[in-house]
Amino acid sequence: MDAPGAKQYEALSIEAAATQAPPGALRRAAANGSVRIGAGALGVLVLIALAAPWLGTVDPTLFDAASRDLLPGRSGEITTLDGEKLRHTFWMGSDSLGRDVYSRVIYGTRVSLVVGILCALLALAIGIVCGLASGTLRWLDGILMRFMDGLMAIPAILIAIALVAMWRGSLATVIVAIAIPEIPRVTRLVRSIVLSVREEPYVEAAISLGTPIWKIMFRHILPNCIAPLIVQGTFICAFSILVEAILSFLGVGLPPDIPTWGNVMAEGRQQFNDFPHNIFFPGVFLAATVLAVNVLGDGLRDTLDPKMAKRV
Amino acid sequence: MKAVLEIRDLTVALPAGGERAHAVAGVSLGVERAEIVCLVGESGSGKSVIAHSVMGLLPAALPVTAGAIRLEGEDLARAPGRRLRELRTTRMSMIFQEPMTALNPVMTCGAQIDEVLKEHTALAPAARRAKILDIVREVRLADPERIVASYPHQLSGGQRQRIMIAMALVLDPALLIADEPTTALDVTTQAQILKLIADLQARHGTGVLFVTHDFGVVAEIAHRVAVLRLGELVELGSKQEVLTRPRHEYTKMLIGSVPGLQPRARPLAPDALVVLATRKLSKTYSEHGWFAPRREVHAAREVDLEVRRGQTLGIVGESGSGKSTVARCVVRLIDPSAGEIRLGGEEIAAMSRAALQPLRRRVQIVFQDPYRSLNPRRTVGEAIIEGPLNYGVPRAEAIERARRLMELVRMDAGALGRYPHQFSGGQRQRICIARALAMEPELLIADEAVSALDVSVQAQVLALLEEIRTRLDLAMLFITHDLRVAAQVCDHIAVMQEGRVVEYGPAEQVFSRPRHDYTRALFDAAPGRGFAFGSA
Amino acid sequence: MLGFVARRILATVPVLLIVAVLVFLMLRLTPGDPAAILAGDAASTEQIARIRANLGLDRPIVVQFGIWIGNVLGGDLGESFYYKTKVATLIGQRLEPTLALATFTILIAVLVAVPLGVLAAWRFGGWFDRALMGFSVLGFSVPVFVLAYILIYLVSLKAGLLPVQGYRRIADGLWPFLTHLVLPAVTLSVIYIALIARVTRASVLEALGEDYIRTARAKGLPEVRVLVRHALANAAVPIVTVIGIGIALLIGGVVVTESVYAIPGLGRLTVDAVLARDFPTIQGVILFFSFVYVLINLLVDLSYLVFDPRIRY
Repeated sequence: MDAPGAKQYEALSIEAAATQAPPGALRRAAANGSVRIGAGALGVLVLIALAAPWLGTVDPTLFDAASRDLLPGRSGEITTLDGEKLRHTFWMGSDSLGRDVYSRVIYGTRVSLVVGILCALLALAIGIVCGLASGTLRWLDGILMRFMDGLMAIPAILIAIALVAMWRGSLATVIVAIAIPEIPRVTRLVRSIVLSVREEPYVEAAISLGTPIWKIMFRHILPNCIAPLIVQGTFICAFSILVEAILSFLGVGLPPDIPTWGNVMAEGRQQFNDFPHNIFFPGVFLAATVLAVNVLGDGLRDTLDPKMAKRV
Repeated sequence: MKAVLEIRDLTVALPAGGERAHAVAGVSLGVERAEIVCLVGESGSGKSVIAHSVMGLLPAALPVTAGAIRLEGEDLARAPGRRLRELRTTRMSMIFQEPMTALNPVMTCGAQIDEVLKEHTALAPAARRAKILDIVREVRLADPERIVASYPHQLSGGQRQRIMIAMALVLDPALLIADEPTTALDVTTQAQILKLIADLQARHGTGVLFVTHDFGVVAEIAHRVAVLRLGELVELGSKQEVLTRPRHEYTKMLIGSVPGLQPRARPLAPDALVVLATRKLSKTYSEHGWFAPRREVHAAREVDLEVRRGQTLGIVGESGSGKSTVARCVVRLIDPSAGEIRLGGEEIAAMSRAALQPLRRRVQIVFQDPYRSLNPRRTVGEAIIEGPLNYGVPRAEAIERARRLMELVRMDAGALGRYPHQFSGGQRQRICIARALAMEPELLIADEAVSALDVSVQAQVLALLEEIRTRLDLAMLFITHDLRVAAQVCDHIAVMQEGRVVEYGPAEQVFSRPRHDYTRALFDAAPGRGFAFGSA
Repeated sequence: MLGFVARRILATVPVLLIVAVLVFLMLRLTPGDPAAILAGDAASTEQIARIRANLGLDRPIVVQFGIWIGNVLGGDLGESFYYKTKVATLIGQRLEPTLALATFTILIAVLVAVPLGVLAAWRFGGWFDRALMGFSVLGFSVPVFVLAYILIYLVSLKAGLLPVQGYRRIADGLWPFLTHLVLPAVTLSVIYIALIARVTRASVLEALGEDYIRTARAKGLPEVRVLVRHALANAAVPIVTVIGIGIALLIGGVVVTESVYAIPGLGRLTVDAVLARDFPTIQGVILFFSFVYVLINLLVDLSYLVFDPRIRY
């Protein structure tokens, strides 16, 4: 039953297979246009946030009644904490208390980035644990998913608003309050990946080879979650930045002395007709940041998980 | 006899950077009126590409760069899209491989056939309905009224394929292209569909271009055969010539790889050690929800089996017969609902997972899909040593074992550092066999392990399994739906139908003197069973 | 099929229960005396004591929950100390503007987004596709309120085409009703258009990759028919699902939009209540919104009966 000539044909297929090796995912990601634009813009924002004190700003809490409601580009006086009066150009104008909008916007970058990143990390961490638990422990699955369904039924912004109202606004409470509504989505994602990977023959092979469950989890299942979670993480980051701004804008977020884009806009609501700069400058920064993160997420999704490229 | 289809020097390009420049290069063949021409080849041979190019269904990435495709004298390769659309189902039709997904799930079957009539004819609704019912009757579907009003998911695979055939032939085209239409069907259903196609073709005088990889099917229905290899036409001739007196080396190799339906007589030691014995093994799935009727599926019913050292037991059956369920119960990937499984002396059916751990090494399994059986992120070497490491074998020794096993499965030991995507399907399957053998098991289960492989690769892997079985004195449980493969490899055969074992005995006896009706039906349905390949 | 309907309806019960528990716990987890919180900062000791007795705050917590649920099911969502009216009445008063805004928004969004998505999927990778994807990222990145101000600035303040803020009841005239709603609805619909267009594109793309599309083309059908009768028909389920899920986004967006455009709807009510720490109203509004969301999702699930015959039989 020897098949003559079979060996040559096999040799051909080795060569054929070897040339099809796909390039590394990271390389692909780095080459993607969206990733570059998004990451680049984010990099600039991070630099701005880090270099805030040296970008021609003053302490964002400083104010001077004499310099109220100045239009962008005008210069005026500003009183430092020691009582000194400085001559200062208000690049983005000043608000109704005489605070420098430019400084508040630049420092606001810090708050937004911190909130975005920490919320994403928190939601991902808790979501991964819940998702893994739900996907592997049958008895836990029912209860946990019902709970997550209930949590998802309450609109995210309302949960955030309610939680901040309960606990009073501070950076920590805002971060937790914004992260909590995002947990169910991450849990669902991880759980669905766990459930589908569990069915794969290579996982079944690992079971029959006697590999313990926790090793199977880390070695075979979790690596499949990394790419979708990175993508999801960027979208959570963008959403968190947005929600924080909304909360501050409505007056139910961080206390008004902490400079956030939402707070600056909240200040400027009353006089929008006459002094729109209070709204526009932080608004542009906000839109640009959220856009950068979303574009990055889009690009990452297209490259890290090509199957998802055709999905939302 | 005027040629219905004439393909001359057809060349289809592949996108740059692939393994070769052309999917199809300089192929010429023809289909006459009332004749069936089979296009045979392994994966990557370009047979499907040729079929799609005739219909004009190739994606933009695969352009026709040279040659002519003449349908009743008209050149299709240069025809505009509108003309091609006019010709589809009126002069040429195509049916595809997967009946489960080829029909629109949200339209009734009748509406889908009606679409053809509405698009290409000016018939009134009553006339259309009459025509639809006629064709549905002609494809031998009982109760045409109900079928026409049904949605695809309410029909079986065989019934859906008949609907596809109905849609293709309702306007009586001159050419029917069939792209592996029976590959996804059970053996008995396949036999019915093949007969249906042959009958319809004879009655209407349709020319058929039938694409397949299965030589049994070729033997069953072809008039002429064209053999393709890597995009080139290697041999073309009548069925008798090509199958019994092949001229080209490649064809000879392929024909030689087709297993015969005669089991080889092999001396059996009747008192060899019983490695595996199951007694009344059962698995029932029950589905219950609120307000939903309680549904019970008996995947396996009171299955009794025995496998001895150095011997192979084959479990043969169609889909839904329960053969895979039995295999997975034995490996305890799923838990049996009732019955005993004795491995060596130990009863493992009711054992807890913890107690099972030390016993898992005694039985190992190789799965069907080589592309999903290896973790794509770990090297092949890591995959093979994973098992031994779990049982305390020191790493250095495990690696040494992996090296020896790679050689045993006829692969380069230096390839241990590579990733699965760098290997072909057949090679991956060998790696999976090596991985299973690394545990030094007493029982090796092959669950449709060669079903997804090309026929030549299949022959190699079967030969390998045979060699391993003899050398290591292994007991093997071989699950398959393919009777030829079973005849090749198995000493004993168990035939399963709907969860029960309906026939059990030495291979020779089961093949030559089957007792149960179902077994007889299975054998009758095996395509090309009367044909002696390469005999001349 | 009846089983499907019954099962879906029953499945909402545990979800609603959990929502109720979460909302109930919100108050109990706030630091401070729940009765005092509910009564408000300006309440007298008798009022606080009365509330304590009413809600049975000295009884075991399970009993408290029972009492509260009993009230809710009876239509009593408590009384707002800020507005000095029953919360249920407040919600009733503010319902019309929010409903009008939401309906308008969804109509605009679906009518614009679905065709755009189908077109993008059909010409996958082409200029239209990339333009749409780019626009949609922009659409859900620019915050609703920023967009609102931009539009107000351009359309109302500079061009004077539409009124800046406010709401006119439909009973007071159709034209003022419409003109006051146009800007808010368009603002809010942008994010929604972005989302629905994306999902439409994705599901149609997925449908176009299926085997039955190849069969449809092999039958010689014109491309338009293939797109609509075969691809879109099968893509309907995910699209409708997302429209349902998007309601939650809509509710969130409503809160901000009503704030900016000074529309006296439920969103404004929520914000004002939070600023005033008016707990009964906060609880009532959250309960109401969640209930609506669960209801919408139930309707979406039931709509599958129309779109997917596999569920019917």
